[in-house]
Amino acid sequence: MIEPLIYDLSTPGRPGHRFPDPDVPESALPEGFARRELLLPELSELEAVRHFVRLSQLNHSIDTGFYPLGSCTMKYNPKVNEDAARLPGFAFTHPLQDPTTLQGNLALMHALQEWLKEIGGFAGVSLQPAAGAHGELTGILMIRAYHRDRGETQRNKILVPDSAHGTNPATTTMSGLRVVELPSDTRGNVDLEALRAECDDTVAGLMLTNPNTLGLFEEQVQEGVGRVQDCGGLVYGDGANMHALLGVVRPGELGFDVLHFNLHKTFSTPHGGGGPGAGPVGVLKQLVDYLPGPVVEEVEAGDEDLPPLYGLAMPAKSIGRVKAFHGHFGMHVRAYAYIRSNGKSGMRAIADHAVLNANYLLAGLRGSYKVPFDRRCMHEFVAEGQFEGAPDIHALDISKRLMDYGFHPPTNYFPLIVREALMIEPTETESKPTLDAFIKAMKEIAVDARSDPEILKGAPHTTPFGRLDEVQAAKQLILCCRPERGSA
Amino acid sequence: MAYIPHTAEERRQMLEAIGVESIEELYADVPETVRFPDLDLPDPAAEMEVIEELQLLSGANLNTREAACFLGAGAYNHYIPSVVDHILRRSEFYTAYTPYQPEMSQGTLQTIFEYQSMMCFLTGMEVSNASHYDGATSLAEAVILALNFHQGKRNKVVLSPGIHPQYREVVRTYMQGLQLEIIGDESLQSQPGDHLDERTSLVAVQYPDFFGNIHDYSALAAAAHAVGALFCVVANPTALGMLKPPSEFGADVVVGEGQPLGIPLSFGGPYIGFFTTREEYVRKMAGRLVGETVDSRGQRGYVLTLTPREQHIRRGRASSNICTNQGLMALAVTVYLAAVGKSGLRQVAELCYHKAHYAAAQIAALEGYQLWNSGPFFHEFVIRCPRPPAQINQALVGYDIIGGYDLGSDYPELAGHMLLAVTELNHKEDIDDLVTALAEAAHD
Repeated sequence: MIEPLIYDLSTPGRPGHRFPDPDVPESALPEGFARRELLLPELSELEAVRHFVRLSQLNHSIDTGFYPLGSCTMKYNPKVNEDAARLPGFAFTHPLQDPTTLQGNLALMHALQEWLKEIGGFAGVSLQPAAGAHGELTGILMIRAYHRDRGETQRNKILVPDSAHGTNPATTTMSGLRVVELPSDTRGNVDLEALRAECDDTVAGLMLTNPNTLGLFEEQVQEGVGRVQDCGGLVYGDGANMHALLGVVRPGELGFDVLHFNLHKTFSTPHGGGGPGAGPVGVLKQLVDYLPGPVVEEVEAGDEDLPPLYGLAMPAKSIGRVKAFHGHFGMHVRAYAYIRSNGKSGMRAIADHAVLNANYLLAGLRGSYKVPFDRRCMHEFVAEGQFEGAPDIHALDISKRLMDYGFHPPTNYFPLIVREALMIEPTETESKPTLDAFIKAMKEIAVDARSDPEILKGAPHTTPFGRLDEVQAAKQLILCCRPERGSA
Repeated sequence: MAYIPHTAEERRQMLEAIGVESIEELYADVPETVRFPDLDLPDPAAEMEVIEELQLLSGANLNTREAACFLGAGAYNHYIPSVVDHILRRSEFYTAYTPYQPEMSQGTLQTIFEYQSMMCFLTGMEVSNASHYDGATSLAEAVILALNFHQGKRNKVVLSPGIHPQYREVVRTYMQGLQLEIIGDESLQSQPGDHLDERTSLVAVQYPDFFGNIHDYSALAAAAHAVGALFCVVANPTALGMLKPPSEFGADVVVGEGQPLGIPLSFGGPYIGFFTTREEYVRKMAGRLVGETVDSRGQRGYVLTLTPREQHIRRGRASSNICTNQGLMALAVTVYLAAVGKSGLRQVAELCYHKAHYAAAQIAALEGYQLWNSGPFFHEFVIRCPRPPAQINQALVGYDIIGGYDLGSDYPELAGHMLLAVTELNHKEDIDDLVTALAEAAHD
């Protein structure tokens, strides 16, 4: 089943894509800079097409099957969004053109900023950050800048729950601040006592994911947020799970000072095999001036005959640019199309059905799998991937066995506070028959774990590849092919 | 809702299985006072209405298919062979997640391995990661690598003024919490070599520089190494189709913007930051990395490797919070380089070079215009204009021409100067039209 490496398909002298001959006089090439050798493959177009199409067929994808990957929101990516992003005015505009020649792009970005403000309950939005983790860095740098501006340079502590994504503590370190980890209580919430004990004048902020990574809505979220703010700290919301809150509650109204949206989760832009994402940030009033720029502003109001004039502006106390140009504009177009399609009533319907599907799966699996924090969940939940009476079976074995049923496994071994975690998120675009088939498969696996553990240990059996040896990969470290020696 | 499949009957059965009467009951933990806000959003629209609305917005822009584009400055208007987007539209690629489950993700993994290989050969380096957000953030990650390498004991970073102004700004944004001294780019006259000392962790330059100039950095690299600093080159990948790779100057890290390799301008993103380095620094490098291995059946296969460096394992001890790469953009680059191949990339580079030199010579011959570059340049060059560049650009729009980048705001010394880029997409007639239009725009 293996597909040769592209360098192994290469034949010296095979003509590639044809470009026109020069239509201007040729100039002398710069002396001393000539490239001697360029190791790129030589293939015909058909050879290249077959190679990449065959590779594509080795992937699992949303369009080929169920993808209940917790925290990743692998829902359907509407096709019209792909067409929209490729419209010539969007795909073929240069980021540094004069704003008067870009009014369509700026109007679109302005509308998206306004909609995200409305959905999140915020006073300002910047579309610049390129991904969720990038939005986190943006948010924490803004919190830091806010305190320094007020002369409170001693605030160097960021409180991070133990259930948080690894990006939260990593972001804190990157921003030059100190991580203080908070434990979770027996109901899966942040331990409020531990939070209270840390609240002093060195707190810069709290990073909170809500619903948290157990898929649970923090029961005392307002109290926790209030405590941090009472001691002068700000609260960062990790919007990874914003999906469950669309039209249900606005994070800004819960007191979150800043939050990043994941356009690639909540607003259906494709994950692309690991990016590009987009991680716009929304903020309450006191942080608007610190947003990374440029942001889109209305320069002149419109009237009946003329649309408004839009321009790009840098907020007054901006932390600066977090990337070149204006963010992942292609993703902004897709998110715009998605919000416009679903509209006001659609937002709530997305959250409703995501939460319904998750609770339905939870109800179906309860009894077969242990769910350590068993409450009503939001859009996802976490089960344990281990069984009494099957000591050798781990979350990994269950995950690999699911592949034989044509399902992508849930997120495993995260969050860290659940042993052998299986984090399951069905999303709203999956139908009841799909969920029923998944429940059936999971139940069969739970039975086989005890009666026929080898079928799990040896899984997957039906995929083109068996389990890959990750230890060998790290030990021998082959990171690049070597065409001169042949690579296979 | 076309994207939500549930029937009323299915909803009823599901609620019954859960043991609640309504979906609202599932939200009992959400504080009642703020539950179910009335959102001020437009009503839902049908697909045909959405696309019509977006066509109007798209049509309100001047695009590079309608106008001849001579604007570069970090984003370049190149031809993208059709095959690239056809592969990108394979939804097995674009609707897949990060390849954490390698048995079901060999398509993405092998593609990234091929991407890593091509980037290594292009830059002359030994390892490439699976990419960063863009060229600017790749440079910021290079700084982080250098700080890591020196274990935080060196707190000075030297940036050449010839690096893209926005990249330098992004480095400063990233580093604002880390008490670093970032210097060397105060004015165009600054020489990175003047700032080297035992505190210097990294020296970075651009090749060709922001003004299109091609410099030999061998001496600077040697000087950086003499004080124990790492040497980083921000490179234009198209230029590497004809110019010798930065490895020959002694670069330790080569980063840059991969957009010229098959990614549309798309108003600035999504693009891709490539990041390559020497093998000895691989464990200090952030970002995803794909490695070769075997599966349980003895087949060659690929996995994400060296993950202990990454945030999801190291958490607060990780030096970068990078999580995603630009997977689909890496695919675009891989398909582009496979399609144009060995000879095609050189051809593109040389077409750009010849056309840029033709354009520069024609413009420099105009009254009032002057070529600022004094040495060899690639496909961008600086022109001193007889009137403010903003006014000239405004006039050029009238000729369906997108003019150059006004350098005055980033470089006060270059007020009145314009940076022009020429690529294979600019025909001789376009260049001649530009020259005519510039001649006419020289006077009020």
